[in-house]
Amino acid sequence: MRKSIALGALLIFFGFLLVAIMNIHSFGYPTNTAMDDYFIRNGQEQTGANNIVTAIVFDYRGYDTIGEATVLFTAVAGVLLALRKGGEEE
Amino acid sequence: MKPMSVIVRTMTRSLYPFILLFGAYLVVHGHLTPGGGFQGGAVAASAIALAIAAFGGTKAYHEKTLALFESGGLLFFLSLGLIGMGVAFMWNFLAGSGSLFGDPVAYGSNPGYLNTAGTIPLMNIAVGLEVVGGLGAIMLAMGSYAFDEDKEVSS
Amino acid sequence: MIDMAPYITVAIIIGIGLYICMFKSNLIKIVMGISLIESGVNLFLITLGYRHGAYAPIFTMFNGGIMTLPTPQALTLTSIVIGVATTALLLAFVIKIYRHYGSIDAKDARRLKG
Repeated sequence: MRKSIALGALLIFFGFLLVAIMNIHSFGYPTNTAMDDYFIRNGQEQTGANNIVTAIVFDYRGYDTIGEATVLFTAVAGVLLALRKGGEEE
Repeated sequence: MKPMSVIVRTMTRSLYPFILLFGAYLVVHGHLTPGGGFQGGAVAASAIALAIAAFGGTKAYHEKTLALFESGGLLFFLSLGLIGMGVAFMWNFLAGSGSLFGDPVAYGSNPGYLNTAGTIPLMNIAVGLEVVGGLGAIMLAMGSYAFDEDKEVSS
Repeated sequence: MIDMAPYITVAIIIGIGLYICMFKSNLIKIVMGISLIESGVNLFLITLGYRHGAYAPIFTMFNGGIMTLPTPQALTLTSIVIGVATTALLLAFVIKIYRHYGSIDAKDARRLKG
């Protein structure tokens, strides 16, 4: 009984995904490209890097990279806290 | 963990500097070719995984060395953002000026010069150090926890 | 309909990942289901920014033509690193559960034992 309700919910969610595919822009022709054309046109002069993806990650959107480095640091701190030795006596 | 056989240990001693060199190449050339801090750091962390698997956990590295790499990398990255605070936070103050990494680049295709792009190579090196330290510390903690306490399973 | 093949692949991968999360009771299989959902979302971010007949957005030895959109690729890098961090934390907790309860079945780890 519970399994059939869960299976029905999964099929409804999969139906939502298929409806979203039918209404999205076709593959290879994106619609709004003004910001990325500005990055490609002015990226080499303003930052001096040949790789536009690296210029976006570390210069135009460097604040997101600070957040990502902090998430990695917090995850490593959590793992080292959970798997320490010597504090297991009760 | 017990160390593995003689063939594995000899090949690890021969291959270990080349894997680290390839990871460092990917980190430093991040502004010219596909690559960067995170990708090069992951490749260099695979060399540390090879050393831990071949030699045993506690004989290869100390946990405090890898934790120092990780904290030092993140502090270096944050201080690079605070130096250019006169204009804005994380301002690229070395691009186009004449000093450390600052040659100007015109629009168009060029064969790729290493001396360009300002604070971006320094940020790549900082993030590479942090990823190597972080992933190495995770692998060392998981390996030595699961293998050294096989006699104490509480019910 | 066949030229929308990357989007259909994304829907199938997310559907399989969600099925594994909901119907399996082995803890490591649940962790792999979460990792599959994250891989499907990363693939969707990259296929949003493709232009027909374009090259990679790198100017070193570039021979002319049009380039793809670089912004979704930059955000996918961040998403992959966060996925690695989440999977490492989940696996550390699976190791602690096995050490405490003696099995990795999700039906056995239900009571709070002191």
